[in-house]
Amino acid sequence: MTGKEDHMAYLEGMEVIDSDLMEKVSVLVETYDYQQVTGADVQRALRQERLSIKDYAAILSPAATDYLEEMAAKAAAATRRHFGNSIQMFTPLYIANYCENHCVYCGFNCHNRINRGKLTLTEIEAELKAIAATGLKEILLLTGESRHQSGVKYIGEAVKCAARYFSTVGIEIYPLNSDEYAYLHACGTDFVCVYQETYNTDKYEQVHLRGPKRIYPYRFHAQERALRGGMRGVAFGALLGLDDFRKDAFAVGLHAHFLQQKYPHAEISFSTPRLRPFINNAENNSNDVHERQLLQVMLAYRLFMPFAGITISTRERAGFRDHVIGMAATKISAGVSVGVGGHTVEEKGDEQFEIADPRSVVEVHQMILGRGLQPVYTDYVRV
Amino acid sequence: MRKVLSMNDQLVIRGHEFKSRLILGSGKFSLEMTQSVIQHGEVEMVTLALRRANVGGQENILEYIPKGITLLPNTSGARNAEEAVRIARLAREIGCGDFIKLEVIHDSKYLLPDNYETIKATEILAREGFIVMPYMYPDLNAARALVDAGAASVMPLGAPIGSNKGLCTKDFIRILVEEIELPIIVDAGIGRPSQACEAMEMGVDAVMCNTAIATSGNIAQMARAFKQAVEAGRAAYLAGLGRILTGQAEASSPLTGFLEE
Repeated sequence: MTGKEDHMAYLEGMEVIDSDLMEKVSVLVETYDYQQVTGADVQRALRQERLSIKDYAAILSPAATDYLEEMAAKAAAATRRHFGNSIQMFTPLYIANYCENHCVYCGFNCHNRINRGKLTLTEIEAELKAIAATGLKEILLLTGESRHQSGVKYIGEAVKCAARYFSTVGIEIYPLNSDEYAYLHACGTDFVCVYQETYNTDKYEQVHLRGPKRIYPYRFHAQERALRGGMRGVAFGALLGLDDFRKDAFAVGLHAHFLQQKYPHAEISFSTPRLRPFINNAENNSNDVHERQLLQVMLAYRLFMPFAGITISTRERAGFRDHVIGMAATKISAGVSVGVGGHTVEEKGDEQFEIADPRSVVEVHQMILGRGLQPVYTDYVRV
Repeated sequence: MRKVLSMNDQLVIRGHEFKSRLILGSGKFSLEMTQSVIQHGEVEMVTLALRRANVGGQENILEYIPKGITLLPNTSGARNAEEAVRIARLAREIGCGDFIKLEVIHDSKYLLPDNYETIKATEILAREGFIVMPYMYPDLNAARALVDAGAASVMPLGAPIGSNKGLCTKDFIRILVEEIELPIIVDAGIGRPSQACEAMEMGVDAVMCNTAIATSGNIAQMARAFKQAVEAGRAAYLAGLGRILTGQAEASSPLTGFLEE
């Protein structure tokens, strides 16, 4: 790719599926004017038992920031009704960080001079063993986005190995065709995370300068292809702060909502990565996602889709993570290393980002218990 | 139709007798609370999701259920009959016994059971000697098919799982109570003791409860409240409910008094 490709046109080899999801989402997002939302709209939304799309739009608005406490109370009750005391534990394992994309915001981008690396299968197994020894039963395997350096077969072998040690194996890799998802599903994975970063296609083009990731619709339809490939659950997210976070969060919810309507069995979950605001720029950028805004998005996801899982990342500080579990989040990572490897073998590649919560599995376990909640190591049986 | 009652009024499921008519769902509790709820609710049967059984690992629910309690493993996570059958077999393999609470759900939003797939799975599992207790949407035709397929009880939902909305399906459960001879156990939606009591008054044989106890302010006390409510409802059913005023006017003299002999 030269970087001049039409970001809305598929490249050769990219599967095109018949789906109206993208249109459904974009029509609603384009007409979403959150400045029009009033306090009364927010109050009305919060009185509903089930939130409509209009209600969801209301609670993501600036007007709703005055009702954060009410939203938190309603979200906490919904979380308890649907998940009880359960908090799922997992950890990510980066097996490679090669990348073919030039995404201006990302530490893994192909122009960034970082240490690149890829674990061998022997090294992967050593890492998996070390993680399994902490008691964890759920693992998320990650790669950078490079089909050449970390091909589907390579990932498949890693998945097969992981499935021997873990009851739940998820993947966060580059988007695939449905037959490739079917292959990885057969290898032992059932859960797929793909984050759209932003749903503003113009912004998407501006920040994805080069590489297959530049093709917006191929990424957008990844979850649907994954489900067609037999995957059980799919995760959604936007990189909040990259563009207008309220519109992006609105789009994330709608994307998940319409997909679940089409595939009712799909297990839905959300992640909420954010670009941290510059400290000296806090007052003047409406895209800034401080903790208050981040929490608003998490609560909105919970209230709009009370049955969906929400994962809280180690990118957030311990104090924030501890308080959002049970209130909105239902899943937390622990004992995290975001370099390539790092659990047994020395890191073979640099980190994608810095983590803010380095606590071990034991420490996170104790924290969950201390909050009157129940750490859950396994919540899935593969049959 | 009032069911034939055993002499000592025990709940009998495929020959297994239980004094308690309160079944505990365990999926939403902190594990260390389980024992206390069992004790205060005088519960004899506890469900557990096989997918949560972390055998040999940390926070394994099986280690928190006292000996002597009948395990009722469930097939939660199964999206079709085939998956449910495999989960049931796994449950038996890890020593959970022959009871199986059959759940087949392929709707992640409302968690409503799929009666058709449930009937198919019931047939297979009953043939394999399982004591099948299927969770179902209260439909009389489906309930009859479950009976024919070899179910040991029928477990209609009162309201969607976790909704705490009570007996939304009351009129349909009442039809099952009247027509189905197997034990009828209300499985989901019971949000407060009064609702459990109401179900028992209707002639339901037992109720299952999870969220309502797990999310209450005082779990042990709420377990006790449910136990008492279930007992009160059962006693009322056995006694036979007296006349209930409907709020409509009643004629003070007979309307048919004009008829000649």
